[in-house]
Amino acid sequence: MAKLELKNLHVALEDGTPIVKGVDLTIASGEVHAIMGPNGSGKSTLAYAIAGHPAYEITEGQIVLDGVDITEAGADERAQAGLFLAFQYPHAIPGVTVTNFLRQAINAVRKARNGGVDNPMPVPEFRKAFLAKMDDLKVSRELASRYLNDGFSGGEKKRVEILQMAMLEPKIAVLDETDSGLDIDALKVVAEGVQQLVGPNMGALVITHYQRILNYIKPDFVHVFVDGRIVEQGGSELAEKLEVSGYEEWEVKEEVHA
Amino acid sequence: MAQTESEIVQEIGADYGTKYGFSNPDEAKDYFFKSGRGLSHELVDAISAHKDEPEWMRKFRHKSLDYFNARPMPTWGGMPSLTEIDFENIFYYIKPTENQVNSWEDLPADIKDTWDKLGIPEAEKKYLAGVGAQYESEVVYHKLQESLEKQGVLFLDTDTALREHEDVFKQYFGTIIPQNDNKFAALNSAVWSGGSFIYVPKGVHIELPLQAYFRINAENMGQFERTLIIVDEDAYVHYVEGCTAPIYSSDSLHSAVVEIVVKKGGRCRYTTIQNWSNNVYNLVTKRAVAEQNATMEWVDGNLGSKLTMKYPAIWLMGDGAHGEVLSIAFAGKGQHQDAGGKCVHAAPNTTSVITSKSISKNGGRAGYRGLLEVAKGARGAKSKVVCDALILDDESRSDTYPYIRIDENDVNIGHEATVSKIGEEQLFYLMSRGLNEAEASAMVVSGFVEPITKELPLEYAVEMNRLIQLQMEGSVG
Repeated sequence: MAKLELKNLHVALEDGTPIVKGVDLTIASGEVHAIMGPNGSGKSTLAYAIAGHPAYEITEGQIVLDGVDITEAGADERAQAGLFLAFQYPHAIPGVTVTNFLRQAINAVRKARNGGVDNPMPVPEFRKAFLAKMDDLKVSRELASRYLNDGFSGGEKKRVEILQMAMLEPKIAVLDETDSGLDIDALKVVAEGVQQLVGPNMGALVITHYQRILNYIKPDFVHVFVDGRIVEQGGSELAEKLEVSGYEEWEVKEEVHA
Repeated sequence: MAQTESEIVQEIGADYGTKYGFSNPDEAKDYFFKSGRGLSHELVDAISAHKDEPEWMRKFRHKSLDYFNARPMPTWGGMPSLTEIDFENIFYYIKPTENQVNSWEDLPADIKDTWDKLGIPEAEKKYLAGVGAQYESEVVYHKLQESLEKQGVLFLDTDTALREHEDVFKQYFGTIIPQNDNKFAALNSAVWSGGSFIYVPKGVHIELPLQAYFRINAENMGQFERTLIIVDEDAYVHYVEGCTAPIYSSDSLHSAVVEIVVKKGGRCRYTTIQNWSNNVYNLVTKRAVAEQNATMEWVDGNLGSKLTMKYPAIWLMGDGAHGEVLSIAFAGKGQHQDAGGKCVHAAPNTTSVITSKSISKNGGRAGYRGLLEVAKGARGAKSKVVCDALILDDESRSDTYPYIRIDENDVNIGHEATVSKIGEEQLFYLMSRGLNEAEASAMVVSGFVEPITKELPLEYAVEMNRLIQLQMEGSVG
């Protein structure tokens, strides 16, 4: 049973501008949490800060994974500990094939989890798992030998993000606007892929602007995120309400407070 | 038990010092012959006498020395460190053993040990058709697969070739790179020793590579090998050279001359993985002539040395000849890699591609310097030059000097250049998958040079990637 806790989390840009202004959130395996908010509310900053992006500074509060404080840990250490971020805009790594990249990433994680001693996944085992998961996610096998995200369509990038997640088997996955740029068929495949992984071994935090993806990944908890704070919490019915009424209610409130 | 890939990668942690930088300090006294320091006509006589050469070669050497002395140090390119070479402090000729052998077991123990550490005998067993191993000035080991000997392939050290095949030797020697071509070609012509001589008869395809390995062991050594390759009509050879040296506090000099003739329909690929220690000046002249429908390919990897100036050239002399230069230059702290390539189109329908990838880090300076020339009458010539630079930090430098001269209208010429940096976002992306910073950087760099490493035989591609990882380890905190 894994558990990620954000405790009074404050995040600022390098120039000191505060973006995330005190978030308390606990995500356990088997749970799907949705963070919904308007553009510019700081959702992606929250995702980057959880994953350990060096340009975002945690100015207050803590990130705790399974009882271990990882607030100061590097992005690599967090990944090794079991965090995964599916990027909104995955970066291209020309010259490095998807297969080669994934093998090295998996072996880096396995090494870290093996007390720093190499424990590479045997090639046949890797190959078998890789092919099976590509088929599950309807990722064309031809992509395996292409350079990571280099010239991929938006849909291919997102599927390969979820493929990476499936291969790396994280404890907690953060999905940053995974629905953006996907047509409805791709969205279904990707969402079902995520839904399959959520269970006793994984919990998910789905960050989104629209309710659309939540038709396929059923959230247990919905958090409305405005101006760096969670302003309301509820069950999946809250997402449906937002789809109709939007974020105006809270945004106006914020203005009044300001 | 076989080593796993990651165990091998772990060994990369051993720095250049332990992997390549070792030396045999005590053996100097055991050298069969060692010249004094400095350059003179007496030295030239001593070398020539030692090799028992014909008179024409002795004269050729003396004349070359005159050319060397008369020529000023090149000032183009702005290489201030060139003027720091102390020609009087260099040992120009060291003969480590009395005789060349064709069994590793017959070498003196410490020299054999050097080759074992570098893995050459092992590589020979696994994937090479022939090996030459030069230690200081002389090739101490040489062997070619018997089946190739029977087909008439010659793979000898250059001194032996002069003794045993003087006619064919004299026909080509110094014809592609004249003795007064440039100051360092003149120096090589005066004091050359060792190197490879290859003749591939008509129609013979040598499937496995032939490899030569050049090792400098002594401090202040000057190594001046001379290589001559003749690929006859419709024949094929892939020649690979590797080079390393110990780390010393004062400098050594490596100045080779490589001449290649590829006859009608033949193909020659010449791969270099240069990993000299950072106290070696590497000033090399390499030039090939490709006749009708012949193909010449230079794959040139420069990872080591203090200063490298090397621009492998191809003269496309026959209709339909094709030339390719693939160049990787990696400059770390205190290194300056001035690499590149030249293609001269002197016949119709000739084609060429120059692909250069340079990487600089920790204050290193890597550059591309290239010449593309199309002579009048070379109608239908096509050429493409692509040079990409990757700069890993703000202290480092990259330069691109693409010279282009076109004297014919009916041509198709393309040139692209890019300069990029490893982005924080790219690194973060890879690290968020569990790779540490050095692994992530190495991955980006390996990907950057992949268009070239994919052209290498697998074993060398693996070696190249290891060397890059080794280079990268020092680059991040």
